[in-house]
Amino acid sequence: MAKRIDVSGLTAYYGSHMAIEDISMTVEPRSVTAFIGPSGCGKSTFLRTLNRMHEVTPGGRVEGKVLLDDENLYGSGVDPVSVRRTIGMVFQRPNPFPTMSIFDNVAAGLRLNGSYRKNELSDVVEKSLKGANLWNEVKDRLNKPGSGLSGGQQQRLCIARAIAVEPQVLLMDEPCSALDPISTLAIEDLVGELKERFTIVIVTHNMQQAARVSDRTAFFNLSAVGQPGKLIELDDTERIFANPSVQATEDYISGRFG
Amino acid sequence: MSNITVNKSADPASAPQLSTLRQARLPWWGPAAPLALALIIGCGGGALIGLESKIQWGLISAILFVVFTYLLTLKVEGRRQAKNQLATSLVWVCFLLAVIPLASLVYETVDRGSTVLDGYFLGHSMDGTQRMLAGGGVYHALIGTLEQVAIATLIAVPIGLLTAIYLVEYGRGKLAKTVTFFVDVMTGIPSIVAGLFILSLWIIMLDFSYSGFAGAMALAILMMPVVVRSTEEMLKLVPNELREASLALGVPKWRTIIKVVLPTAIGGITTGVMLAVARIAGESAPIVLLVFGNPAINNNPFEDAQSSLPYYIYEQWQNGNEPSYDRAWAAALVLIAFVMILNLVARGIARWKAPKTGR
Ligand SMILES: Nc1ncnc2c1ncn2[C@@H]1O[C@H](COP(=O)(O)OP(=O)(O)OP(=O)(O)O)[C@@H](O)[C@H]1O
Ligand SMILES: [Mg+2]
Repeated sequence: MAKRIDVSGLTAYYGSHMAIEDISMTVEPRSVTAFIGPSGCGKSTFLRTLNRMHEVTPGGRVEGKVLLDDENLYGSGVDPVSVRRTIGMVFQRPNPFPTMSIFDNVAAGLRLNGSYRKNELSDVVEKSLKGANLWNEVKDRLNKPGSGLSGGQQQRLCIARAIAVEPQVLLMDEPCSALDPISTLAIEDLVGELKERFTIVIVTHNMQQAARVSDRTAFFNLSAVGQPGKLIELDDTERIFANPSVQATEDYISGRFG
Repeated sequence: MSNITVNKSADPASAPQLSTLRQARLPWWGPAAPLALALIIGCGGGALIGLESKIQWGLISAILFVVFTYLLTLKVEGRRQAKNQLATSLVWVCFLLAVIPLASLVYETVDRGSTVLDGYFLGHSMDGTQRMLAGGGVYHALIGTLEQVAIATLIAVPIGLLTAIYLVEYGRGKLAKTVTFFVDVMTGIPSIVAGLFILSLWIIMLDFSYSGFAGAMALAILMMPVVVRSTEEMLKLVPNELREASLALGVPKWRTIIKVVLPTAIGGITTGVMLAVARIAGESAPIVLLVFGNPAINNNPFEDAQSSLPYYIYEQWQNGNEPSYDRAWAAALVLIAFVMILNLVARGIARWKAPKTGR
């Protein structure tokens, strides 16, 4: 199921503003890769180029290649819709559909794609909610609106919604930034479990979190405000936190930055 | 930093400053005395110097009320509170000024309209009724209004909805700007102009005859920009995150719009459509030009002249006798009730469909 991502020479623009420049890296299958770096260095932008969500932003433009196993996501004839079905995404702020119940939220991906059999829908919903560690909290109120959950529960609902369509890669943009330590821990545990099945990329501002959950860590930085963000280094998480090969990485991790 | 502030506020030397938080206040019934005074002077003075109109008395009292409350508060509480009181008084006075005409309009319509409004009136047409005599009814006009408004809605709502979706979800650049501009221009079209347009196009150039449908087309022209505008505003309120969430699940854009964006905005869109319906239900100018008026029942909106409620009111008023005036008031009451029921339905739908909260 899980797939490798190979990025080479990727540059992304907002209109004429170059947000990230010439990024090349490999994301290993069945592993967690963390993206760290100062605010505005283009982590979210880069993450969104990996499932072709960047072009949804008006003026969003991408150059370069992203290979999923051996297929270029930006090749001609590639349908962004099927790319997004293969590479799921969880956003920084929980965004359950307000008109739908908890059940419908999880089922939304399947239903809206029209690709499901009726009798398997409730199995998929149960499996996904269990996968997101939310089943026990919501199993007796599946018909209640999803927006009635707490922030942490909503975020796990969004994770359940994302994994219900069985993607091969899961992109998470600061999934814990609005959550308390206990919900954060629940989601970190979840990431640990999910990596058995998915390739996971997670953006985080929390160094401890990157150290706890990820196998590999990528550090992004920008040389000055208004300059495009660049990949500084990507290595095993232990090495990045113990002795990184670039001085800027060490400065950032140890808080001696800027 | 925070340490310093804590120390300072704990400092006994600054304790007397607390008294700036407390000061003389008028009791809650404070404005009652100026109100009474203003009414006495306004009405009494008005009567003394021989102003005939009660409206003038009321206006004098209102102005005096504002001035008295301001002065009283200034004396007792101080300048800032006086300004606050001034704003409060003005808001109250304006509120009353706005409510009085509305209430008297409703009262007058109900009072005069209910004299002949009964089952017979609702169920019969004017066919065979002498215009100088009592009797007859509004059925033909009610049918006409229902059919014309329904057809206009069927034409205008799909076009308006799709235009708004285009503008919000797809429109970029020149074309979208042009469309927005023309929608704005259309909002300002007087109803008689819409009527003349259909008259010259449909009846004079294409040589069709008068019909409810011709009127409905003119009403649709009036309705469309209102629907576009309100739908556009509602769609813009749908958070972008929801669209992105849906797209990120691999849902195509058109499905995202139908299944996520529209359901989220449906409450507001319905309200907007109903307001547009209410607006065109009272139009008479295009009806005079295009539907022509007809004292008999004509259930077919595509052929021959029909009537409609606003036209009926106008026609009865023109007759210029008591039974006709009664019929006009009763028809006005029916029209208001029609619009009111539509509004209630719209509110019901909006509440029922609104994004749900709570557990
Ligand atoms: N919609 C947009 N339009 C124009 N420029 C944008 C847009 N979104 C982001 N940018 C710019 O792109 C650059 C990278 O932004 P991005 O959101 O990727 O940063 P980030 O690393 O995710 O920051 P944070 O850690 O604060 O989330 C920034 O300079 C930002 O101003
Ligand atoms: Mg970000």
